[in-house]
Amino acid sequence: MRTLLDIATVIAVSAGAVFFLAGTVGLLRFPDSLSRLHALTKADNLGLGLIVLGLLLQADGSLAVLKLVAVWLLAQLAGATVTQMVARAVRRAGQQA
Amino acid sequence: MTAALVLDAGLALLVLVMAVWTVAAGPAFSAVVGFVTFGLLLSLVWVRLAAVDVALTEAAIGSGVTGALLIAASARLRPTESRTAAERPGPVLHVAAGALAVLVSAGLAALVLLPAGSAPTLAPAAAVHLPELDVGNAVTAVLLAYRSLDTLLEKVVLLLALVGVWSLAPDRFWGGAPVLRTDTPPGRELTLLARLLPPVGIVVGIYILWVGAKAPGGAFQGAAILAAMWLLVMIAGLRATPEIGRRRLRLVLVAGPAVFLVVGFAGFALPNGFLSYPEGFAKPLIIVIEVVLTLSIAAILGLLVAGPPEREKRP
Repeated sequence: MRTLLDIATVIAVSAGAVFFLAGTVGLLRFPDSLSRLHALTKADNLGLGLIVLGLLLQADGSLAVLKLVAVWLLAQLAGATVTQMVARAVRRAGQQA
Repeated sequence: MTAALVLDAGLALLVLVMAVWTVAAGPAFSAVVGFVTFGLLLSLVWVRLAAVDVALTEAAIGSGVTGALLIAASARLRPTESRTAAERPGPVLHVAAGALAVLVSAGLAALVLLPAGSAPTLAPAAAVHLPELDVGNAVTAVLLAYRSLDTLLEKVVLLLALVGVWSLAPDRFWGGAPVLRTDTPPGRELTLLARLLPPVGIVVGIYILWVGAKAPGGAFQGAAILAAMWLLVMIAGLRATPEIGRRRLRLVLVAGPAVFLVVGFAGFALPNGFLSYPEGFAKPLIIVIEVVLTLSIAAILGLLVAGPPEREKRP
């Protein structure tokens, strides 16, 4: 059982790291701000989600589980808000130019 | 070569790269973003060194509050930035700064690399009296019992800094409210965040303050989170910035240092000197001081970021 959980953790965290890698490559390679934001949100959302999922399997106690889920939800909330604000600023700057 | 060593080496390299990038960055705003990232990486370094208290402080104060202050400053400087960027320091200053930086780095490297036996430490002495104070976190014990005078003076310095910021106000705005500038008017998403996040942030801030007695945390870190929540609400426009002339606001600002001073002077009458706690009352007194200090620090930090008053006092 222990080994199975460990394997699941390694798979989930690795998959999360792949999303972060893809998001970072997108951030560096995509041509304009809006598509770069699009790449970033994938890393924030799925990457962090998968890493938290992997760590949940290793968490001891319900408090640790709650904290991990709270970290994911708060990062989602902050990420979504900032993405909206940056996108709005980009659109406004584009209209003026 | 173990995985931990690879991680640490990578982290150290990232911190160095980020430091160089911050210094080399052109526009002030980019440099501030670099500085905030640098601070967050540095707090990871502190975690790796098992100094979680320092890591929390670095993230909350070094990166968070200082970052917010610098962002506000760079926004104010933007109109004149292109003019001042042209003024380059002369070659003498360049060489002198470079030489000084090399000297400091060499000194630090020598201290670390030359084996001089075990470094002197006061950690065992600090840990001995923890049961008497009924405080489990040695860092809190140092800040509020062994070296409480330093902590008191630090809070007074914060107050003086705020007085310094306020003294930049033109006469006609004295007693008025600060204005928080944003490039674009805050949208609905910010309003939503400013409604959802503060309840969570306030709980986390109080938790960090409370847990500081026995685990990493404390007044300053908790206050930084509370100040951030206050600023978020003010930037989103849900609450107006306070007029700096209001008596209640000023009472909150001085309450922390004042309570600290009262307890300090009471130490003359009851135990045996300034800032010494009577036996058996150390823990409750420390908690009272920390709670009031947290409120004061949160208010001071929020007002420091908000800046000098720029709106006339309402009659």
